Amino acid sequence: MKKYTYTDKIDTRSGFGAGLEELGKTNPNVVALCADLTGSLKMDAFKNNHPERFFQVGIAEANMMGMAAGMTIGGKIPFTGTFANFSTGRVYDQIRQSIAYSHKNVKICASHAGVTLGEDGATHQILEDIGLMKMLPGMTVINTCDFNQTKAATIAIAKHNGPVYLRFGRPKVPNFTPENQSFEIGKGILLQEGTDVSLFATGHLVWEALEAAQTLAESGISAEVINIHTIKPLDEELVVSSAQKTGAVVSCEEHNFLGGLGESIARTLSQHAPTLQEFVATQDTFGESGTPAQLMDKYGLNAEAIVQAAMRAVARK
Amino acid sequence: MNTFESLEQMVQQVRRDILRMVHKVNSGHPGGSLGCAEFFVVLYKELMHYNTDFDMDGHGEDVFFLSNGHISPVYYSVLARSGFFPVEELNTFRLLDSRLQGHPTTHEGLPGVRIASGSLGQGMSVALGTAAAKKLNNDNHLVYSLHGDGELQEGQNWEAIMYAGAKKVDNLISTIDVNGKQIDGSTDDVLAMGDLKEKFIAFGWEVITIENGNDIPSIIEGMNQAKKASGMGKPVCVLLHTEMGNGVDFMMHTHAWHGKAPNDEQLQNALNQNPVTLGDY
Repeated sequence: MKKYTYTDKIDTRSGFGAGLEELGKTNPNVVALCADLTGSLKMDAFKNNHPERFFQVGIAEANMMGMAAGMTIGGKIPFTGTFANFSTGRVYDQIRQSIAYSHKNVKICASHAGVTLGEDGATHQILEDIGLMKMLPGMTVINTCDFNQTKAATIAIAKHNGPVYLRFGRPKVPNFTPENQSFEIGKGILLQEGTDVSLFATGHLVWEALEAAQTLAESGISAEVINIHTIKPLDEELVVSSAQKTGAVVSCEEHNFLGGLGESIARTLSQHAPTLQEFVATQDTFGESGTPAQLMDKYGLNAEAIVQAAMRAVARK
Repeated sequence: MNTFESLEQMVQQVRRDILRMVHKVNSGHPGGSLGCAEFFVVLYKELMHYNTDFDMDGHGEDVFFLSNGHISPVYYSVLARSGFFPVEELNTFRLLDSRLQGHPTTHEGLPGVRIASGSLGQGMSVALGTAAAKKLNNDNHLVYSLHGDGELQEGQNWEAIMYAGAKKVDNLISTIDVNGKQIDGSTDDVLAMGDLKEKFIAFGWEVITIENGNDIPSIIEGMNQAKKASGMGKPVCVLLHTEMGNGVDFMMHTHAWHGKAPNDEQLQNALNQNPVTLGDY
């Protein structure tokens, strides 16, 4: 069994900031827009080093999305930065008409997704954004798991022509994927081979799934762990082949079980390889104030919850 | 340079196109389209520098955005008659598999259109983005946009208006079609917007008023004034006072024809009022 380790815990949003700054140096067409959250989105380096390409729009997200769409007309590659809640639900129609339907090359970069935003509470903790965004025709939806992967994804999406939703978060989490990795949109990553159950995880729950696999191994259950960083387009081939091998699936995400990764997997499997599935996700509920760890625990979004779900899945076989 | 007569002929032809397009599919928005016919003809025949060999990025040319996308008939007619696509294609307006969707879109690849519009209030933000891109590209051509007056009830406009004033976006000329009417009645009855001129001035804009927005010389004069006001550290707003349904007597002075097509008899009557044709499609 592979052992994953890390030296640092770093927030994924810092990976976005590092990737954006790298793009600032390497791609003169990259521009960035921010709605009064430059520090929270870690966009300071880009702002300071490329002030002519940084647009502070104020607390006006609808205008930001429209402006980003307009900037593509003229060859720019705009990256918008605000919290996930204000990147999606607040501006859905702007994204739908001016970006998705108009097929504009806008990168919607969203921090503080999910309950791990923490103490600010449910008004800011969006758990519906993956569903909202994957429903839009032509939208690519990515949810990265750590600093290195978020940095790599940020750089990669600049090369992809079309609208992208890149989701990341606030808390410091283990940075365990390789530095300077290449990031392939739509290609899941097999982290741990197993034979009894497939753990398909995205975002912050990838590390939790790896920890769960260790615990499951101690109970004699061989868990396959797959990092589904791209929810749309989903790596259907990998999902189907793993599910066919193990015969039991657990989807793991910091998102509502309605509309998230779990549903995308269920839809794929029901069509190509019907497989019993358990969902580690929030259960059609809003979040609340608390520390990220407390909230992950209360809402069943950690390694322990994944272990329980995997055992249920295996028992149902 | 076009003569006044040739522009007037073009306006009558555009009116005929609008009327025939909406009549054929018994749907669409003739009122606002007719009200802006003169403006569009001046914009595309007199004012803007553009290439009909359409390029989405619009480098080195003026760019126009229609925010109130429901007046697509006038937009399509003038684009076709300016050489962006064959005029015969006007025949496909609102039909299945057409590039001329009910509201304008880039989705079907219609030359001349750079953004989808229809859901109101989004066009000024898009125009601001393109204006910013032009500055970054050292392209000193202008960005034009058109908005309905009722459309200004959408809040996103005011985010954009605030941004443009605060950031001194001076390569943008946003025209408001002030016809005082919207679906449910007069703009004053539905949701009065007060003094638009004072509002734009308060947000840091230069405002030019065209009192007779259906008079070709007045539009040319006002828009040239707007052009002169660009590049001076302020965004420019043109308040274009128009008559909805202009050029067809029974469609004027009412909001009834905002989104209603004429029947056979009404069409004939309306066409008789606009007999000059450069050649119907």
